[in-house]
Amino acid sequence: MKRCLPASGAAMGILTAFSLLTGCGNHNMSALDPQGPVGKSELNLIYLSTGIMTFVVVVVTVIYIYVVWRYRERPGDEEKGIPEQVAGSKKLEVLWTVIPIMLLIVLAVPTIATTFSLKEKPDPADSLRINVTGYQYWWGFEYPEQKVTTANEVHIPTGKKVDLIMTAHDVIHAFWVPSLGGKQDLSPGKTDRLVLQADKPGIYEGKCAELCGASHSLMNFRVIAHEPKDFDQWISSQQNPKSRPTVGRAEEGRRWVEQNCIGCHAVRGAGYRVLGRTGPELTAFGERTRIAGVLDNNRDNLKAWLKNPQDIKPGNRMPAFDHLSEKDLDAIVNYLQELK
Amino acid sequence: MATLVVLIVFILFLAAILTGGYNRRYLDLLQENWLWNWITTVDHKRIGILYLIAGGFFFLMGGLEALLIRIQLMFPNSKFIVGDVYNQLMTMHGTTMIFLVALPLLFGLMNFIVPLQIGARDVAFPFLNSLGFWLYFSGGLLLNLSWLFGGAPDSGWFNYPTLALNDFSPGPGVNYYVLGLQIAGIGTLISGINFLVTIINMRAPGMTYLRMPLFTWTTFVTSALILFAFPPLTAGLFMMMFDRLFETSFFVTAGGGNVVVWQHIFWIFGHPEVYILVLPAFGVFSDVISTFSRKRLFGYNSMVFAVVLIGFLGFMVWVHHMFTVGLGPIANSIFAVSTMAIAVPTGIKVFNWLFTMWGGRIRFTTAMLYAAGFIVNFVMGGVTGVMLAVVPADHQFHDTYFVVAHFHYVIIGGTIMGILAGVYYWWPKMFGIKLDERWGRWNFWLFYFGFHLTFFPQHFLGLWGMPRRVFTYEAGYNLELGNLLSSLGAILMTAGLLFLLYNVVQTFRHGEAAGPDPWDGRTLEWAISSPPPAYNFAQTPRVRGLDPWWLEKHEGDGKLKPAEPLGPIHMPSPSHLPFVMSLGFFISGFGFVFHSWQVGVLGLIVVVVTMYVRSFQEDPGYHIQPDELKGVEH
Repeated sequence: MKRCLPASGAAMGILTAFSLLTGCGNHNMSALDPQGPVGKSELNLIYLSTGIMTFVVVVVTVIYIYVVWRYRERPGDEEKGIPEQVAGSKKLEVLWTVIPIMLLIVLAVPTIATTFSLKEKPDPADSLRINVTGYQYWWGFEYPEQKVTTANEVHIPTGKKVDLIMTAHDVIHAFWVPSLGGKQDLSPGKTDRLVLQADKPGIYEGKCAELCGASHSLMNFRVIAHEPKDFDQWISSQQNPKSRPTVGRAEEGRRWVEQNCIGCHAVRGAGYRVLGRTGPELTAFGERTRIAGVLDNNRDNLKAWLKNPQDIKPGNRMPAFDHLSEKDLDAIVNYLQELK
Repeated sequence: MATLVVLIVFILFLAAILTGGYNRRYLDLLQENWLWNWITTVDHKRIGILYLIAGGFFFLMGGLEALLIRIQLMFPNSKFIVGDVYNQLMTMHGTTMIFLVALPLLFGLMNFIVPLQIGARDVAFPFLNSLGFWLYFSGGLLLNLSWLFGGAPDSGWFNYPTLALNDFSPGPGVNYYVLGLQIAGIGTLISGINFLVTIINMRAPGMTYLRMPLFTWTTFVTSALILFAFPPLTAGLFMMMFDRLFETSFFVTAGGGNVVVWQHIFWIFGHPEVYILVLPAFGVFSDVISTFSRKRLFGYNSMVFAVVLIGFLGFMVWVHHMFTVGLGPIANSIFAVSTMAIAVPTGIKVFNWLFTMWGGRIRFTTAMLYAAGFIVNFVMGGVTGVMLAVVPADHQFHDTYFVVAHFHYVIIGGTIMGILAGVYYWWPKMFGIKLDERWGRWNFWLFYFGFHLTFFPQHFLGLWGMPRRVFTYEAGYNLELGNLLSSLGAILMTAGLLFLLYNVVQTFRHGEAAGPDPWDGRTLEWAISSPPPAYNFAQTPRVRGLDPWWLEKHEGDGKLKPAEPLGPIHMPSPSHLPFVMSLGFFISGFGFVFHSWQVGVLGLIVVVVTMYVRSFQEDPGYHIQPDELKGVEH
């Protein structure tokens, strides 16, 4: 709680009161509670600028309250005649020109320094490269060196720089994980870089921050940070996915998926002849925490999604599969949930 | 084709009536009609009132849209308005408020007041003034008709490709945006040029540049900004129109186009637009604060200098809307510093306002309440503006509710409150009656409290992870309370504005007569009767210093010194051509929205024909003789 308050917290008045009232947001989704060095350096600048600006606000407020109270018209003032018509004061005007300039220099220097340092290209040897592609309304993540692809949930190791190379497939999106650091636009026909790092394991909520169509609000993703050894384990499980489960009627589900889904979606290691690329990757789908970035991943939600995806995420490209029988849907759901 | 034939017949019929070729009697009847008088007026005062009415109407539309947005966001996971419809509301709210409300309402005040403040009888080009209004109105109407025919634009007021292109916005919505704004934009550009020429050429003798009231000065600088900022928008809209209607590839990445180019073009227009909106409000506040503190403006020269500097720097900062595009640290740093630099002249203005009040005797009328309230808002909006210039911090702020809070503090807290202050201040001059002060205070306090309740929590919502332009948010992320407060605030603001509406209606029915100078004013407009006669000044005044009317009241004999003998006054004749020309643009725009080339070209033909008629029309105007003036002037 305490570190949510800016250094000049005492002066923040109503700001602080409001902040205390509701905390500093959810620690998985708040820019005020960063979980990595990038977010922290950005927060430091937020504090510095808030501090300087608070000083300005206080000075103005004090003069303001004094003036408005002291010089308000009171009964009987009429007899005093008209106030003196002052033209101005060189001294004062120079004063309130020079002081702001000095304050701004104090702010500009660290601003420029951090702007450059955040854009430094990380050393490939001790960073992890991930290619990010924005689609209406989902996120594709590809680990080019590990040859792993996933969607809507990106796993990263803690304590290591992650070099995110981004582009968009259709319209402009923006990649934002408030608790790890500021955002980067993904533009079609353009490649950009964002370097982030998580210090602690956890699930960090990500958002699309650029209007991208009807379901812009629902284009969520998650960054899941693991200890390095857990991350290595995750990578190897992705490289050898369990895509041919044997439990229950899984085999039947596998065939239904082959008939209905793989035109757009890919499931590696399931023996399918094609790997669809226009929809999110479904390999190891059962491990995901969410469906389509918005629903908790469980059987009921998955079935509801298959029946009517437009109701849940308007304008997305997935057709409804309400023509399938309950039994067939159950088979698909079973199969997908068993993918690990 | 059937539509086309009907349209042609209709237009021929209209043409026959308007030229008197069908039956002179109809023309005569028409010309005596009050509505016709308003449509054909070229009087700057009437056009000012037209701007206020049209701007007020669109304000209602935009406000309703805002209210629906806040109702949807009141609670998490709400299903009231989602998806495309929400995007339409949000887009139209922004577009309407920026293009059809803020600037036109300011134009209303400028039109009415600026010629009076500089001692002129009208603007330099009365015909163009009327044309500017009707183009704005038809553009705005076209844009809003999208609700009824085919769906409103839904790609945001910034309309970024590729989302705004045919592949991702296939309906007619964005066509409405492109054509509606294009037409309204021509009107704005025309008005801007008109104000520039008026202020340069039509000042009364002795009204030097450094004796102009601040509202006139800000109008002058704003008009210069319009002159340089709107052409990029026009060019951008043309490219967008060609991409959408004629399959070009300016912004289509698959065809070699570039989506970042639109962003540059849009913000090269878009940032100066912010100053176009806020500078005239500065002017209103300067006049209001000085009048109600009963003091001359503190540091007049540096106030003028600050306005000019803000206007100039306003063109140097557009990339701060694009810090997350990935233009590189060098570009970002340069624009961060230039953005911070704007804080300096802005700070000068704030302190000068404070010291204008210092030592004065402040009367808290409703206009002054708005001005005093504005100083607080503007400092808040200004400091968050500097914070947004800090590039790494902006990476967190950008496209979140923090930015929504920031620019509403500036645009509502600055521009809209400036307009409201101006309305209360100049209402007696415009209509000869005062707005009621008691209802005015209700209006102010509800609106002001509601405003802070709406937008203050949004700073935090942004920092806690709520992006802009979203129709919902999930429960459990601490976003509930802030959104609820924000929505409640929006309801209070609405209530506040309803008091204004009630005030207007009530005072029109039984308001107290104001007299020529109800506030003990300082500038020329207060020297003539309320409402002013058509010719404004029977004799052009001679100006002897800053605050000329105050000067005459306190150091002279309380009368303006005439600069000319009483003589016949030349007046421009009314004309229906601006209306018809705008109708042509409207028809043309409507045709192009639906890819109907015939209707589109037909509309343009109407435009060209009216231009032809206007070019070869002899319009000597008419004269008001001195004996008609007697008794009107005091």
